[in-house]
Amino acid sequence: MDTTAQRQDVDVVHAVKEACLAAAITFGVLLPLIGFETVSNIDNKLVLHTRWGLLFSIVAIVGVGRLLMALVIAPRLAQRRVRPVTPAATAAATWLSVIGRWFGPFAVGFAIVYPILVVSLGGFSSALKWVDNFGIQILIYVMLGWGLNIVVGLAGLLDLGYVAFYAVGAYSYALLAKNFGFSFWILLPLAGILSSFWGILLGFPVLRLRGDYLAIVTLAFGEIIRIVLINFVDLTNGYAGIGGIPRPSFFGIPFTAGDDGFAAVFGLEFTPVYRTIFLYYLILALAFLTAFVTVRLRRLPVGRAWEALREDEIACRSLGINTTNTKLTAFAIGAMFGGFAGSFFAARQGFISPESFTFLESATVLSIVVLGGMGSQIGVAIAAALFIGGTEIMRDLDFLKQIFGPSFDPTQYRMLLFGFGMVIIMVFRPRGLISTRSPSIFLKERKTISSDLVKEGHG
Amino acid sequence: MAGRGEPLLKVEHLTMRFGGLVAVDNLSWQARERDITALIGPNGAGKTTVFNCITGFYKPTEGRIALRHGDPAIWDELESLTDRGKRHLTAATGSLFQLERMPDYLVTQQARVARTFQNIRLFAGMTVLENLMVAQHNSLMLASGYTLLGVLGIPSYGIAERAAIDVAREWLNRVGLIDRADDPAGDLPYGAQRRLEIARAMCTDPVLLCLDEPAAGLNPRESAELNELLLSIRDQFNLSILLIEHDMSVVMEISDHVIVLDYGVKISDGTPEEIRNDPKVIAAYLGVADEEVEKVEAEVGL
Repeated sequence: MDTTAQRQDVDVVHAVKEACLAAAITFGVLLPLIGFETVSNIDNKLVLHTRWGLLFSIVAIVGVGRLLMALVIAPRLAQRRVRPVTPAATAAATWLSVIGRWFGPFAVGFAIVYPILVVSLGGFSSALKWVDNFGIQILIYVMLGWGLNIVVGLAGLLDLGYVAFYAVGAYSYALLAKNFGFSFWILLPLAGILSSFWGILLGFPVLRLRGDYLAIVTLAFGEIIRIVLINFVDLTNGYAGIGGIPRPSFFGIPFTAGDDGFAAVFGLEFTPVYRTIFLYYLILALAFLTAFVTVRLRRLPVGRAWEALREDEIACRSLGINTTNTKLTAFAIGAMFGGFAGSFFAARQGFISPESFTFLESATVLSIVVLGGMGSQIGVAIAAALFIGGTEIMRDLDFLKQIFGPSFDPTQYRMLLFGFGMVIIMVFRPRGLISTRSPSIFLKERKTISSDLVKEGHG
Repeated sequence: MAGRGEPLLKVEHLTMRFGGLVAVDNLSWQARERDITALIGPNGAGKTTVFNCITGFYKPTEGRIALRHGDPAIWDELESLTDRGKRHLTAATGSLFQLERMPDYLVTQQARVARTFQNIRLFAGMTVLENLMVAQHNSLMLASGYTLLGVLGIPSYGIAERAAIDVAREWLNRVGLIDRADDPAGDLPYGAQRRLEIARAMCTDPVLLCLDEPAAGLNPRESAELNELLLSIRDQFNLSILLIEHDMSVVMEISDHVIVLDYGVKISDGTPEEIRNDPKVIAAYLGVADEEVEKVEAEVGL
C-alpha cells in the first residue's frame, strides 16, 4: 500500500515537471511569434504590440494538456496495451477484415454512380461543386498518387519532383492542341509518351544516386521544369500562362450550346454539367487504367524486380537484373501516368500556368502516397480522398466564423489543420494507412506481409 | 571422385588495390568443371574481394578472369578474345567470357555465375516464392515480351509463369521450405534463410555457383545438411561450386580443391589432404612465421 502511494506521488511530481517543461518550451517558441505583433499605425509606422493574454492562454493550454496526458491518458493507453484479446476484439478484427475485403469493390461502385447520385440528390446546381471540385479534383490526385506510387512505393525511389511530369503532360497538351489543333484523344497518349521521355531523360544521369541525393536532384528537376516554363516566354507565355486550351469533345461532339453540341444532339437541355460529368468519367477511366496497369505490372517480372529493388539492390544485381533499366522503367511509367493526368488537367481547366506546378504539388502527391501506405493502391486512394476532399471541405468552414468572429478566414487554417492531421496519422500509423504488403503471387494462400519486414527503399 | 574436369574458370594475375591497400596481389588459380573449389584463409585475406571481382561487383585493378561454357577447346581462343577487347566470344561448341570486363548483372545473366552473400541478402519483405520468382527475372522478362505484351495479358506469359513456379516449387522441395512458400523471407529462421539464398541463386540457372560462407552461423547438423545439399546439386546439375568458408568440416569434407589466401597472396593450392599438411597454411592460420611453426605446434600440441 505504502509503495503504491509513493509511486503515485512520484508520478504526479514527474508529470508536473513535464508539464512545466512543455509550457516553458511553448513560451520560448511562441514569445516572438505570438507574444509580439507589429502593426502599422495611422502614420504608416510600425508599432510593437504585445499579446500577453493570447500567449499565456496558449502556454496554459499546452501545460495543462501535457499534465492530463501524463496523468490520465498515458496510463490508460498503457493499460489498453496489456489488456488481453477479448472476444469483442476478435469480432471487431473479423469485421475489419470483411470491411477490408469489400471496401475496394464498394469504392469502385461508389465512384461510378457518384455523379448520378449527386445530380439526383442535389440537381444540376450542386453537381458543379460536388462533381468538379470534389470528384474530379480527388480523382486527379488519386491518379497522380497511383502514378507516383510506382516510383516511390514499388521501386522505392524517392522522387520529389513528380510535378515536373504533370507539367510536361499539361503543357504538351496545351501547346500541341492550340498550335496544331490535334484532338484530345491523340494528344493524351502523346502527352504520356513525352512525359515518360522526360522521365527517362531525368533518370539516366540521376539513377546512380541513392537516397537523399536522388531526392535532392529530382526536387531540382521539378524546379528546373517550372522555371523553364516561366522563362521560355516565346513558347509558354511565361507567368501569364496559356489560356483558351481546346476542351475535349464527346467523341467528336463538342459540349457547346450550339446545334451540333452535345445537348442538342442528344435532345437535352443545355447545361455545362454534362461536360463536367463527362470529364469526371474520363478521369475515372484514366485512374482505373492506372490502377489496372499497376496491378498487372506487379505480377510481371518488371514489377517484382521493382519491389526486389526496393528490398535490396545488390541482391538484384547478383540475380542478373539490370537495375538501371529497371529503375528507368519505373521512372518512365510513373512519369507517363503523371503526363496523362497533366493533359487531362489542361483539358479540364482550359488554362494553365506555371503556378499550378509548384513544389507544393509534388509534396501533396508524395504526402498522399506516404499517408496512404507506400505500395498500397487502396491506401493511396483513401489518402487522396481524405487529403484533397478535406482541403475542399475546409473551404466551407464558415461555422468557425461564428466562433472567432467575422474577420476570421477559415481557409487560411487548412494547412495548419492538415499538418496536425498528418502528425497524428504518422504517430499512430507511421507506415501509412494501409501498411501491409500483399504478395504478387502465392502457392497455397495469400498471406499479407507485415510492414515490419517490408523495406522503404529510397536507394 | 567427381570433378577432375577441364578448367572452367581461370583467374590470372588478379590484383585489386583500394587506394594504397593491396587486397589481392597477382593471384592466379583455376577452378575445374564439376569441382567444389574452396577459397580459404584468415580474416582479411581477400577472399570476398576475389568473389566480388569474379561476380563483377568490383572491377579488378589488373588481371584476367575467364569463364568457359561448353567445349574446353574454346580456351585456345582466349588470347584473341583478350586482344580484341570484347567481353565474350561465342563459337559453335562453346563460349568464353571475360568476367572482369562485364558489369555485375551480365555476369549472372550471360556468363551464368550466381552468388550468395556473407550477410544474407534476401528480399525480406517478399515471400519465399517471390524471392525465387525474382531470380528467374530474365527468362520471364523475355516471356512477358519485355513487359509490353505482358501488360496486354498474352497467354504465353501465363505458361512461362507457371513453368517458373514449377522450378521454384522443385527448389523449395529440395531445400525443405515448401511449407513456407507463402511466408515472407524475413520471417524464416537463419538456417532456412541460408538455404533459400542458395535456392534463389540456383534459380538463375548458373554454371558456376559462388557461395560466400554458406555455413556461417549454422549448427553442426545444419552444416552437415548443407554439405549434402551442395554435393547433390553439384551432381545433378553438373555444376561447379566456388566456396568461401571458415568451417573446416565443410571445406575438408566436400571440396575437391582448396586454395589458401593470406594477405591477398596465394600461399597454397591443392587437394584438401595436401592443404591440411602444408606448413605454410598452418603458419598463416596460427599467425606465425614459417620457421616458428614447429615450435608453436609443439606448444599447442598439434
